[in-house]
Amino acid sequence: MTSRRGRSNPTPVTVVTASLVVAAVCVLPLLVVAVKAFDIGWGPAWDLLWRPRVGELLRNTASLVVLTVSLTTGLGIAAAWLVERTSLPGAKFWRVLMVCPLAVPAFVNSYAWVTVRPDLQGLGGAVLVTTLSYFPFVFLPVAAVLRGLDQSLEDSARSLGLGPWRSFFRAVLPQLRPAALGGMLLVSLHLLSEFGVLAMLRFPTFTTAILEQFQVAFSNSAGSLLAVVLIALCLGLLTAELLLRGTIRHARLGRGAARRALPARLGLWTAPALIGMGALTVLALGVPLGSLVYWFRAGSGGLTESAFDPAELVTTLWGTLRLALIAGVVTVVAAFPVAWLIARRRTWLSVLVERATYVASSLPGVVIALALVTLSVRYARPVYQTSVVLVAAYAILFIPRAMVSIRAAMAHAPEELTEAARALGDGPFRAFVRVLVPLTAPGALAGFAMVFIATSTELTATLLLAPTGTQTLATAFWSASESIDYAGAAPYAAALVLVSAPLTYLLLRRPDEEPAL
Amino acid sequence: MIRRRTALLALATTATLALTACGGGGSLEAGKSLDPDKLTIYSAQHENLTQAWAKKFQEDTGVKVQIRYGSDSSMGAQIVQEGAKSPADVFLTENSPAMTTVQNAGLLAKVDEATIAQVGKDYAPSTHEWVGIAARSTVLVYNPSKITEAELPKSIMDLQDPKWKGKWGAAAGGADFQAIVSAILETQGEAKTATWLKGLKDGAQIYQNNIAVMKAVNAGQVPVGIMYHYYWYRDQALSKVGSKNTKLLYFRHQDPGAFVSISGGAVLKSSKQGANAQKFLAYVTSKAGQNVLATSDAKEYAVGNGVPSDKALEPLDTLEAPDVDPFKLNGPKVIELMTAAGIL
Repeated sequence: MTSRRGRSNPTPVTVVTASLVVAAVCVLPLLVVAVKAFDIGWGPAWDLLWRPRVGELLRNTASLVVLTVSLTTGLGIAAAWLVERTSLPGAKFWRVLMVCPLAVPAFVNSYAWVTVRPDLQGLGGAVLVTTLSYFPFVFLPVAAVLRGLDQSLEDSARSLGLGPWRSFFRAVLPQLRPAALGGMLLVSLHLLSEFGVLAMLRFPTFTTAILEQFQVAFSNSAGSLLAVVLIALCLGLLTAELLLRGTIRHARLGRGAARRALPARLGLWTAPALIGMGALTVLALGVPLGSLVYWFRAGSGGLTESAFDPAELVTTLWGTLRLALIAGVVTVVAAFPVAWLIARRRTWLSVLVERATYVASSLPGVVIALALVTLSVRYARPVYQTSVVLVAAYAILFIPRAMVSIRAAMAHAPEELTEAARALGDGPFRAFVRVLVPLTAPGALAGFAMVFIATSTELTATLLLAPTGTQTLATAFWSASESIDYAGAAPYAAALVLVSAPLTYLLLRRPDEEPAL
Repeated sequence: MIRRRTALLALATTATLALTACGGGGSLEAGKSLDPDKLTIYSAQHENLTQAWAKKFQEDTGVKVQIRYGSDSSMGAQIVQEGAKSPADVFLTENSPAMTTVQNAGLLAKVDEATIAQVGKDYAPSTHEWVGIAARSTVLVYNPSKITEAELPKSIMDLQDPKWKGKWGAAAGGADFQAIVSAILETQGEAKTATWLKGLKDGAQIYQNNIAVMKAVNAGQVPVGIMYHYYWYRDQALSKVGSKNTKLLYFRHQDPGAFVSISGGAVLKSSKQGANAQKFLAYVTSKAGQNVLATSDAKEYAVGNGVPSDKALEPLDTLEAPDVDPFKLNGPKVIELMTAAGIL
């Protein structure tokens, strides 16, 4: 490390400055929310925080997180094990199907479930829908680890006298811990920021309560105080995951190739396993797709309240894609210097910058949006109610998705190549354009695609920040489904699913990379 | 290498597209605020109705209009926070409390006397800083297959009784409902309102909005619900999907549950297009504007002189609404009480 620093070029000031600006923009919302929350004074703030309603929201949020995380973990690990380590027929096929639910935005899934069971509501409904929407977050990383796992550890456990179950629990499960914990963290963070599902199923949590405060009073202290609690919950989860992950690393030492795992024979269990996987697929994919078909037919049968206007769908789709395009490019550009810094100059400062962007993006969209409204209405009037603020929110929320891919791509572009270009007479910019850009382009493009998809289906921040006259697929879907005009919402729901569909491909393409969602 | 080339090409294309998108026309232009040459309306009124008014006004006068939609309380508070630099020229509400909030912040200009004269004398505050543009009545929607007429409550105040626990629906988070609560506060006083709200917190099923309340009653998930009249009439006139199994009960007898709420229109003092803004309000309250309201699917009551409301509606003068001054309804106090009750 030191020797490397010694001979390499000094860190470019522009890159450091750019990274610091990006980190500052990401952290700003946190500060704004905190300041706004307490500007009514500590006494009144305390009274607003310490009341039964906050307790109720805390209970609701906690029970939702505990139940859904347990269920998604169980389902995710079980499905991953069946697909990767057993003789389950059609493993490749199931692997794709288990990732597909991510292409159905959770709020579209709840709309589908309300169609099937109109009385679905409260904690039970919320747990059901969020579990079916989020279990792939556990499935993906766990399946990746299981696929690469060395069979010999399990063999040793067996040879030391453990049965197949006990050797799974003693030898395999501990190795899954980091991946499973990562997945669980993702599920929890998504649950904390979930709005659409919970509003539709009438289960109030902090996020829905903050939206309600916004409805009542625009940007006020009560809403910001709830946001502060939500921030604390997020930070708590991030810390808990770090602590639980611990410092134990699982790696192969010694020479020789890892032995590929032999699939466990399911034998008589094949049929139940197939039925289970089939049932999960029907619940997680069949219900949303079936409901969409149902509403399309109901809509063409005249059941819709307002006549469907295809021109409006096209305008909305085009507007959404354009917004997503801008957000994707801005986010990739913002992620680039940070990714470079972290890949090439790993110092405490670069780690701090990286963490700052991760923390901000783990916050719910509603918190970021509330902060940006408060900020722009007071201090940044020229951009108030413009798409600049909305794009900034998207970039803050989704920058890690771009960064993960770009960082991975940086590994394919060793600094020596840039140095060679410089030695051959290229200036720093020319070397950047001729060496670094082409080599990292695939990663940047993958990152762009992830941000693009996330932006086109974002609901909460868009609801608060959309410029006058702008509607996106998500907000158009929301306004129709809010009036319970389910047939009118169907075309937008279908468009949302189509836009998200490539996500499945992106996530399966690099199975060993931890997804940053 | 070929794959990298392709990727690079794709990236370059994307970047170009994005730049074109930034420079292209339309409402999404990056960095561009609202068009300052257009008349900007902040509307908490229904999208269809606002759109109908704006379209006709634009045709008649040639004044270009742009509309930002929101909900009463949120937009009222938003205008107050935007202060003297608010982009809004005109503010339209569904209920009066949000308008009063903006008025109390000293942000409203006086409405032209000729405009005030176009509506009935009960439909403008004495300050003349805003004008009524429509009216709506509180109703109880019920599902006759789930509850008999004899079992229905006689007053909205009855619903706080534990025997109604879990049996009534309300969109408590919405501005409409808060206007109804402000009428209860005005007629019953603070203590009784607080008790009633506690009954609401313990006993009511809370829905996202009035339509969700109506459809839950229609589906038999809850026997009765509190909402405004026009959602029901509009659904009856269109598809009947959300109301075919339901009927309406008007509380009458000056009950707080018979509250009639006034929707308002106002011109912002800070507007740089004051004249056009005044013209818009004049149009909305004129015979032509009120006829748009009365003949549309909006099903709200017209308030213009000599303009009859939709015939399907229960006549406004037979509703025996409680004697509350719509211009004194206290929005902030209601929100405080609802927060204390743990509803917000």
